[in-house]
Formats: sequence, structure tokens, C-alpha cells
Amino acid sequence: MNEAKVGVFVCHCGTNIGGFLDVPGLAKYALSLPHVVFSQDSQYTCSDAGLTEIKNAIAEKKLNRVVVASCTPRTHEPLFRSTCKDAGLNPYLFQFVNIRDQCSWVHMQEKERATEKAKALIRMGVARAVLLEPLEETEVEVNPCALVIGGGITGMTCALSLANRGFEVKLIEKEDQLGGTLNSLYKLYPTNEEASRLVQEKAKDVKKNSKVEVLTSSEVKEVEGFVGNYDVTVRQRERERLFKTGVIIVATGAETLKPVGMYGYDGEKVITQMELEQMLKEGGFNADTVVMIQCVGSRNEKRAYCSKVCCLTALKNAMLIKEANPDAQVFMLYRDMVTQGTKYEDYYGKTRETGITFIKYSPERQPVVENGSVRVYDEFLGEELSLPYDLVVLSTPMVAHPDSADLAQKLKVPVDEYGFFLEAHVKLRPVDFATDGIYVCGCAHWPANVGESISQAYGASSRASIPLSVGHVKTEPLIAMVDEDECVGCGLCELTCPFKAIRIEETEKGRKAKVIAASCKGCGACGAGCPEKAITMRHFTDEQLLAQVIPLAEVTS
Amino acid sequence: MTFKESFEPDILGFLCNWCSYAGADLAGVSRFQYPPNVRIIRVMCSARVDPTIVLEAFIRGLDGVMVLGCHPGDCHYMTGNYYTERRIKTTKKVLKNAGLSPERLLVDWVSASEGERFATLVKEFTEKVRKLGPLGKETDLEPQKLRTRLVAAREALAQERIRWLVGRERELVEDKNVFGEKVSQEEFDQLMLQTVEKEFAKRRILLSIEEDALSVREIAQIVDASPREVLRNMVSLERDGLVSVVGIEGTSPKYRRTEGS
Repeated sequence: MNEAKVGVFVCHCGTNIGGFLDVPGLAKYALSLPHVVFSQDSQYTCSDAGLTEIKNAIAEKKLNRVVVASCTPRTHEPLFRSTCKDAGLNPYLFQFVNIRDQCSWVHMQEKERATEKAKALIRMGVARAVLLEPLEETEVEVNPCALVIGGGITGMTCALSLANRGFEVKLIEKEDQLGGTLNSLYKLYPTNEEASRLVQEKAKDVKKNSKVEVLTSSEVKEVEGFVGNYDVTVRQRERERLFKTGVIIVATGAETLKPVGMYGYDGEKVITQMELEQMLKEGGFNADTVVMIQCVGSRNEKRAYCSKVCCLTALKNAMLIKEANPDAQVFMLYRDMVTQGTKYEDYYGKTRETGITFIKYSPERQPVVENGSVRVYDEFLGEELSLPYDLVVLSTPMVAHPDSADLAQKLKVPVDEYGFFLEAHVKLRPVDFATDGIYVCGCAHWPANVGESISQAYGASSRASIPLSVGHVKTEPLIAMVDEDECVGCGLCELTCPFKAIRIEETEKGRKAKVIAASCKGCGACGAGCPEKAITMRHFTDEQLLAQVIPLAEVTS
Repeated sequence: MTFKESFEPDILGFLCNWCSYAGADLAGVSRFQYPPNVRIIRVMCSARVDPTIVLEAFIRGLDGVMVLGCHPGDCHYMTGNYYTERRIKTTKKVLKNAGLSPERLLVDWVSASEGERFATLVKEFTEKVRKLGPLGKETDLEPQKLRTRLVAAREALAQERIRWLVGRERELVEDKNVFGEKVSQEEFDQLMLQTVEKEFAKRRILLSIEEDALSVREIAQIVDASPREVLRNMVSLERDGLVSVVGIEGTSPKYRRTEGS
């Protein structure tokens, strides 16, 4: 390749970077670096205007390397790579420099030092860019089949949505019947629609659909492969089956916290909202005075999050109690009523009109359940009340399904600090995992109501249908390469690789390691351990990494 | 030279794409503030970090190096972080031999959801390195001598004996060998330590005779070892074809590093 001609584009990201770093100064600095023939700063490099500037510069300045200093490659590398490609530049000649998420946002009080750091980061990026080599992606066919894990309302919606687009779907349900959490619920807010009817209808549609194969009493045992070509082993009772699928959707839902040891929970006189629903559903409700306590086991140190659906569930159940027994007295002890949205604030208002008594408590002075009454300090009255009860109902949060961690490991996708599945990006890729071809929706992701879960199911199945419809995916050419002259065939790489992507073969030159390109995931573990240093990791070569090892002193001096 | 009132450590962090780099991004999104002393180099897996690259960072004058990966069991590549842990453990031993505090090298795990933990780790590590002071403050070696030792350390980590042992640790310690024997962790650690010391000593010898041909006695003075020890290493180096006798002065043979070795 000809001599490197690098163009550097430094992004203000509005004030996200521009407000904390000297962005024009960075662009000026970039121009002083070896091989840099062009640099500029722009408000939003990812905007149409910004991308056009990159394309124009590639054409006019004959750039053969592009460096963008802006947000993070985890969200924006694909965009800039495709921009390079549009302008006729191999996308692997693009280098990202993260000066927002890992610089301007985390050193907001130190403009000068943060700018020095950003200079160093740009210098590192340029040094690597110069050494980048063009790489060709390979195209792999996509198995036009989806595997949906979880047969609740969310998973069933996904399965139907994909089947209606013409794709084969395997729907994996752990229990012996479809329906998930909704099987245990009574009526749903805000319409009082019966949960069982909703699931039964959906389940009927699913069973009727010839494209969907339902596997109940089944669990995912093993997952291998990559987008377009996953091999999923499913265990159904004693039997194991292997499915080849292009995409995987996680719709495993959540559980509600069982408040063992809290507020005298006994499952009889002190119960959960879930148990109350069961009681109302079976007509076993019989109480004149009901005290509901909100935020039980949530919004505390252990579980800082708001479970989002409990306030509305409690309001709905309070109204259902009033319907079942108009003389019943319902006290709702709450910290904050969370009823966001155009429909639900109104819903809250209507509940108030039915004569339910709302009492605000603070986390510092929590209610106490004792001897047939609930003691609570009313924040508004400023005094302690004692409420005799027939029934106490605890609103507990949704918690991650106990199997989530295990499934996450099998899929090699992350979970958050509470064990819920973690999406690739909260706004830009809300139903994708960072791993291509795997998606998440519903309460597996975080607490959501039925409507939201269904919306997410449509979102995830829509995202999943992209590779399925296109029919092929590009696989990144980031694979290990063996230098046969250096390789002595010791086999350590074969031992190291968990994907069986490198193995020793007899060749004319003797025993040599061979990389199986389709299986190689590009981690680089083999190369970093090779006793002969005979393995090069494409796009992350020793030279490319070492080029970035630059002391700050070289930048500031 | 400008006088700096307080020492600001210069640190590089090698972060895996899937967990720790994402965790570092989350620290940004959440605006968790941390000192700007750490600059991040992204790798796909922490297991990509060849120990020789870590050594090169110290040779080039970095004061600290962080290698962060996914939590054990959560590795995107299943077992990558396992190798990272073993390699960094060995690298620390080599650093110690070279005269640097192994505390200058950190291996730890940060998940994609642990933005706050990442910020805390950076703060703590920056403080730790700040306390250690500029690179080499922990030794009384002259900078040039320290550098030579670090180069020897890098070379030791580049050659097959140590790399082979690191790569085989799990197999040796957890599985039985062909004779049905199992190596205990203590035995393995002892073997590793000896290997590290020996390889480091040999590399120092090689570096001392890169330019000039020297006698065993002269080499011994340079590498702070007894002539007996040097001689023992010389035999092994000669057998491996790494040194050759290029002349004799009096009764002492003069050795030189074989070209291209």
C-alpha cells in the first residue's frame, strides 16, 4: 500500500465533548502528527453533514486512513466504517478514538488535563491507523430460522411476529404450558382485561401457526456458533435436540420477589400482590380492611430500582377489591406513586375517587406489621397511625429470573447488577445484545408491563428479522493467522482455543497450526500465548497495539 | 526540565471490548468522574494482551498498566480471562525479578454494567501508582540499568519456556499427565518461579554480550551474579545456540550472543 495519508475528524458532539475539551485545539494538534494530511472539527461528525465531510475529504485529500475522535466504537464504529466504504475506502482502514465516554464525560472538571489526554488518545489512534491493513469481510448464509426462549406473552408475540413474516420459529418454554407470568395474574390494568383470556388466545394462535414449533418443559442446554448459524441444544425432559438457527431472542421474563422475612409475610394474612390476584381470581377474597404496602424490597440499598408496574398493579387491585366488596376499606402506604403516562395518571385519579386512603411513608420510618395492625408514620399528617387489618398486601418488585445468569453465560451476553439482561445500548440498540444475532425483550430486560413487553417483542422480532430477511451476514475478518515458518506445531494454541478454531495438521513442512476461519472468533488468546510468537491477530497485531503504547510525556513535551 | 510539584502517574489500560470497555463507557454515560491518568487501549479480549506488550509499556516509561476483562465465567470467549489471569500473574513475577513493584500491574474484572466500579478501580489504581512514585522509584537502579533489566524481562516473556508453562498450567495442575501424575499448585508455582528467575538471568546475560564479547567473570559483574551461576547458564545458552565463543583471552573464553538469536 502507498504511504499512509490520514484524515482526523474531531467531534464536538454538541457540548458533550466541545463543552469540556478544546476540540479545535485537538484538530489542530492532529494535523501536526506524522502522516496526517487533513484534520477538522465538526459539531456532529455522525450527522449527514459530518459524514459527507468525511467522504469529501477521502475523495479530495486522497485519504487512505480515517480517524474519528468522538464517542465510542461500541455504538458508532459501524456507521463510520460504512461511510468509509461508501467513499471507496476499505472499512478496516478506519480507526475510532473515544474522547467522549472515556474522556470528556469523565473528566468534566479538568479541561486542560482532559484535553492533554485526548491529544494522547488521538496520537495513539493515528499511530495505529497508519499500521492498519485493508481486510475483506466474508459473507455467511443465514439460517432462516429463529429460536425464542420463553413462552410467555412476550415470547409468543415474538414467535408469531416472526412466523407471520415467513420464518420458522422454535419456541422454548420451561413450564409444561405456554403463558408465563400471565397465567398467575387476574385482570390487567388499565382495561381490566382478563390475563388468562389474553394468553389463551395468543397461545391458540401460536399452536395454530404451522411455522412455530412449541417445545414445553424445555430448556436451553448449550449454545454455539454465531449470527446466522447458531447451534442450540435444547433439553426437553430426558430428550436432547439440536436446532440450527439464525437468530435467538431472549424472552424469559422475570419473577416477583417473595418477601420472606419482611413485614410478617406468611402467605395468608400477609400476602403479595401476586397472591392477592390469585385470591381475587378464584373468588377467595374475603376481607374488610386491607393495607397495601408499596416498595417492599425495592428502591433500597440492595435493589435500588423501581419495579415500575407495582404502583399501577396495586391501584388496579385496590379497585378490584372495591368492586368485590364495596364496603372494604383499603389503605395504600406508599413512598411515591409512579403512574407516568397519559393514561395512568388519570387512572390514579379515578382510584382516589373510589375512597381508597393513601398514606405516604418515608424509607427512614418504614411501616411495621404487628399484632393485627400496621403502624405507620404518615408523612403528611406528621403522626403515627395504627391501622387494624384483615389482610396486608405487599407490593414486591420484579426480580431477575434465577436462571438468567446461567442462560447469560451460555449465550455469552451480559446481565446488569441486578441480574436482568443488559442491552447493547439503552437508546441506540435497546433490544439488541452486543453480540450479533441475539435480542432481548420483555421483563427479562427489566420490569415492564404487558403493553410494553408486547411492544418490545415486536421490536426484537423486527430487529431479528433483518438478518433473516437479508439472508446473509458479513463476518468480521478478525481472525488469527499462523506464520508457518515460525510455527513448530507444539499445539498450545489448540489447547488454548475454546472454539476449536485452530488445530495442528500435518503439512509438507511438518506439523503446523491451521486456523479454521469460520470458527475463529478473533479473541487473540492463542497469539498472546504462542511460545514461538507465530500467530498474528488480524486488526489487533502486536505492532498495532504497540503503536498505541505512547507515554503521555511524549505528547506534552 | 520543568519541576513538577506532584507526580501524576501515567497509566495505560488494556480493556476487553465486551465487558470492561463497555463498563468504562458506562462510567462515561453515568458521568462517574475519575482522574485522567489512565488511557485506554481496546482489545477484543483481555487474553489478547501479550505479556511482552505489558513489559514494553514499562520500557517506554509508563508508570502503571491495567488489564481488565470480563468476570471469571462471563468471558465473551469463554476462557480468555482465565489465560489473562495466569499470564499477568507470571508477568508480575517477572516484573519483580526486574526490580519493579508488581503492584504497577493490575489485572481485574469489570462487567458491562459496572461503570461505577470501573471509575473506582481507576481512582484506586491511580492512587496506588502515585504512592509508588515514578517508574523505578522502588529500586535504587540507575534508569539505564533498570531499562536493561526490563528488556531482559520482556525477552524472557517472549521466549518459549515461560509461555509454554503458562499455557499448560491448567492442564498440568488440573489434569493428570500421561503417567497419571498430577502437579500440585504449589509445585507448579515453585517451578514457574524457578523458570522465571532462570530465564530472566539468561536474558540478562544475552543482553550483556550483545555488543562486546565478554568472559564469564566480566558478565557476572554486569548481571550481579556469581561466575558459577553465569557459567551454568552459559552451558544451557550455548546448547540452545544462543551464545558462541568468539575468542580466548588467557584461559578465559569470550562469549558473544549469536546473531539473530
